[in-house]
Amino acid sequence: MPWRLLRFALSKSHPEPRMFTRHDRLKPAYDVVIIGGGGHGLAAAYYLARDHGITNVCVLEKGYIGGGNTGRNTTIIRSNYLTPEGVKFYDESVHLWQDLSQEFDLNLFYSNRGHFTLAHTDAALRTSRWRAEVNKHFGIDSEVVGPEVVKKAAPMIDLSCGGHAPILGALYHAPGAVARHDAVAWGYGRGADMRGVEIHQRTEVLGIDVAGGKVTGVRTNRGNISTAKVLCAVAGSSPRVLDMVGIRSPIYIHPLQAMVSEPIKPWLDPILVSGSLHVYISQSARGELVMGASLDPYEVQSTRSTFDFPEGLSAHMLDMFPFLSNVKVMRQWAGMADMTPDFAPIMGRTPVEGFYLDAGWGTWGFKATPVCGKTMSYTVANDREHELITGFSLDRFRNFALTGEKGAASVGH
Amino acid sequence: MKIMTCPVNGPRAISEFAYGGEIRPMPDPATCSDDEWADYVFNRNGSPGVKREWWCHTPSNTWFVAERDTARDVVLRTYLYAEGS
Repeated sequence: MPWRLLRFALSKSHPEPRMFTRHDRLKPAYDVVIIGGGGHGLAAAYYLARDHGITNVCVLEKGYIGGGNTGRNTTIIRSNYLTPEGVKFYDESVHLWQDLSQEFDLNLFYSNRGHFTLAHTDAALRTSRWRAEVNKHFGIDSEVVGPEVVKKAAPMIDLSCGGHAPILGALYHAPGAVARHDAVAWGYGRGADMRGVEIHQRTEVLGIDVAGGKVTGVRTNRGNISTAKVLCAVAGSSPRVLDMVGIRSPIYIHPLQAMVSEPIKPWLDPILVSGSLHVYISQSARGELVMGASLDPYEVQSTRSTFDFPEGLSAHMLDMFPFLSNVKVMRQWAGMADMTPDFAPIMGRTPVEGFYLDAGWGTWGFKATPVCGKTMSYTVANDREHELITGFSLDRFRNFALTGEKGAASVGH
Repeated sequence: MKIMTCPVNGPRAISEFAYGGEIRPMPDPATCSDDEWADYVFNRNGSPGVKREWWCHTPSNTWFVAERDTARDVVLRTYLYAEGS
């Protein structure tokens, strides 16, 4: 009998503290205002308080904590990217991930599975070799393997993929992992809250005041705040917030959809990704298959779902795993992906003094949550970019100096 | 299945169409500055709203203009470029 549960039932007052402190009103001024209470914003708040001693911080969230792309991704964590900038950055993130459960005293269900990027063509195999060599150069566990290794790791797979897209090999990345995405936001949020950061949910930013090229304040539906530093971490709403400060950017918004199946017995240990078939799939601790595909083909700023998505994705899924034909889809959803032309993020200072940007996270933002918090808090605290993010500045588009990450960012681009 | 109306072929399934992006005026590359050119090449209007966009009905290779509310994903009007304003 769970006595603890009984105690909850009989107690008149809630016997355990709530996860977050409720604040009735906004203060008139903060040292730093963070727009966006997702993983990135809360992680930045956490590291600002923990590592830089800046605790007079508020996080403004239009909806609820982790309700945006933090709670809408397929939870894959890896660092086998293509550019040196990307590889070093995501590798630091993977290291941070591994200690987070301990640090938060909250189980993130971080589960190391191994990650296969399947190659169905010579071109895909060539990119895999390229990525493996870049990865190994930076000390990351990444190698090209043959189809027999894929078959051993996922015995149910049809290596010919229905006969039309035979698997020639794969890029294998042993540190590939999945984690429970909501818990990441809660962990960072609670850690920040305990250190004095104020989290205001259901608080919408209506405008940002800029005077003489400097940020002076933020206007919200619950009152105005004066501040000299604003960090924008709002994913699919980035263009709207950038409009408030008059900054042009290359960010464009396409929905990214995903779905899960009904829970079934554990049969799939690794994470599988197929660029040619536009599929990624892993099995959660609950037994659900978590499945994603490529972006929707045109711009939409909403989280609507379409029927075309499960139809197309299921067809490709059955090429890989024909035995899934009787498994039912439980639910589907979408997130607004803030895409960039080179598939790398946009991070750091902006032409408006005191306005810091953490955006362009497209389809690759979840895995970067810890390292974004760490590097953006450094950037905000010191008004200088952290060395890991210098390749991701907004300036690169003016200087025609892009960070081409397209070959490793996701599927089907 | 979402339906879009091709100005030549009438209502068709959205899967028959390809998206070509928002219609944007191109600066003259011979006379504009590097900054203006970079702005044209990379920067986009990513906020929601009613936008004029290029679309192509792929089976007939018909390029046309669609006015679409990108927040609600509703097509308000479609017409050939030569006919519209």
